Amino acid sequence: MADMKKIATRQSYGEALKDLGELYEDVVVLDADLANATKTDIFKKAFPDRHFDCGIAESDMMCVAAGLSTTGLVPFASSFAMFAAGRAFEQVRNSIGYPHLNVKIGATHGGISVGEDGASHQCCEDFALMRSIPGMVVMSPADDVEAKAMVRTAYEHKGPVYMRFSRYGAPVIHDENSFTFQIGKGEVLRDGMDVALIANGLLVAEALSAADILVRQGISARVIDMATIKPLDEELVLKAAKECKKIVTCEEHSVIGGLGEAVCAVIAQHGLACPVERVGVNDEFGHSGPAGALLEQFGLCAEHIVQMAKK
Amino acid sequence: MTKSEEIELQQQACKVRMGVLSATHGAKAGHPGGSLSAADLFTYLYFEELNIDPADPHKEDRDRFVLSKGHTAPGLYAALANRGFFPVDDLPTLRHIDSYLQGHPNMDTVPGVDMSTGSLGQGISCAAGMALGLKHQNSPARVYTLLGDGEMQEGQVWEALMFAAHYKLDNLCVIVDHNGLQIDGPNEKVMGLGSIPDKLRSFGLDVFQINGHDFQSMEGVFEIARQTKNKPCAIVMETTKGKGVSFMENQVGWHGKAPNDEEYAQGMAELNAALAGLEAV
Repeated sequence: MADMKKIATRQSYGEALKDLGELYEDVVVLDADLANATKTDIFKKAFPDRHFDCGIAESDMMCVAAGLSTTGLVPFASSFAMFAAGRAFEQVRNSIGYPHLNVKIGATHGGISVGEDGASHQCCEDFALMRSIPGMVVMSPADDVEAKAMVRTAYEHKGPVYMRFSRYGAPVIHDENSFTFQIGKGEVLRDGMDVALIANGLLVAEALSAADILVRQGISARVIDMATIKPLDEELVLKAAKECKKIVTCEEHSVIGGLGEAVCAVIAQHGLACPVERVGVNDEFGHSGPAGALLEQFGLCAEHIVQMAKK
Repeated sequence: MTKSEEIELQQQACKVRMGVLSATHGAKAGHPGGSLSAADLFTYLYFEELNIDPADPHKEDRDRFVLSKGHTAPGLYAALANRGFFPVDDLPTLRHIDSYLQGHPNMDTVPGVDMSTGSLGQGISCAAGMALGLKHQNSPARVYTLLGDGEMQEGQVWEALMFAAHYKLDNLCVIVDHNGLQIDGPNEKVMGLGSIPDKLRSFGLDVFQINGHDFQSMEGVFEIARQTKNKPCAIVMETTKGKGVSFMENQVGWHGKAPNDEEYAQGMAELNAALAGLEAV
């Protein structure tokens, strides 16, 4: 993956918003004094009268988004994952989720790869929080191509959507000419029968690298990009559980409440015996450091996925 | 407003208050105190001020009302029912399992409710978002929101006020039901609010103070409020918690307690007598 072009999906988010703004007049974007970091400034530059800064007030922003949506506009409320899902959780639950309003939440700087800012800003709980809200779609793209398609699809979807993007560059693994995206559908990037690596976000590229390493060791690994965490593509999970000897889930999120637990629940509910290893952040806080070094230190990398696949 | 128009509103307000009692009595729970302190406002909004149509609750250019102090749903529901959005007879099903009259306002189930509320501090932000959305689309519609005084202890209220002033939302009217009491006691003992009008003024709103039980004052202030340009306006209403039911007036214990059968009968008798008095005028 080292030689591949890398783009941070927050950049993709900003660019996709601008494209969407050109197509649809009802798209409005909210930010909480982070437009430069969430990349909504790209939209702001193109459509200054449709970009509303809410100041450092994420709770207010989520409810403002709710109100805007009742007037027929389609707001994309943007902040860091920590504040969009964490600080404003109850506003998202009560004012967006409960009335099932058509609000899209674009949360950038998800996960530990936020890097130097440290634990206060490294949100590894957002999937868990957002999954728990009835009717909320929860997604995290692997790369630029998927992120842009996701933003377009989120617009077309009627109802609340939470999307998590990264600050750190992700290798572009999809071909934009042939790629299509569907909410709730996982994508088999590579087939294999010994182990299935079910990943999302930055960990998809790592899972592909892990599969490369594994195949050289005689282990065939299926790699699934599970960009939608909720609703989960249960069919694809069950197929993997039946056909492969083991599943390894890979996510830049706490092992509590994220993709790993969602996958485990589906397998357990169906009484399948397939063992599951969860690669994620193990019930601990992160700390400051360069993103790449942190991902390695916390085991969110190909080498650790290989270890877990062989465990 | 003529004297007879005022009397008509007072009669309606009596019926709204009866609805509050029948709803909370039927629910054996709910919040009569703050519903009664705001009953005159609910009446004025739904029978005078708001551009709404009970036959078409979602009409595009309607004025919006967001009950930020969502726990006083019985008052809002009683006004909506009396205005014809749904049958008055349904009010006693409030909070019952499978009733559409949820304990706090639900925009998906209750005709006429513009925003689901209940968690304090959020409604005003939603109202500000509505006002921005309507202004952005050049709609003539206005947005009204009612806050409790205790609710102003929520930090989000001040985030919303900053937002409303920053975006010059002159189509937003923030109303405060200042009855002075909240669950644990008087505002000033629980968490001092200081001067609400001064605080609102310093946040950039046009601020008016009225007696929240006087329809003549309401008519005057809402007329002026509609003329406010380039900033949101706020109306601080001085009210009496529990207003209209003698034993509930100014009693903090009636914040969130339903009347029992005896209390219900006494309250209804008082309101019926008040109504009869108004009809005799």
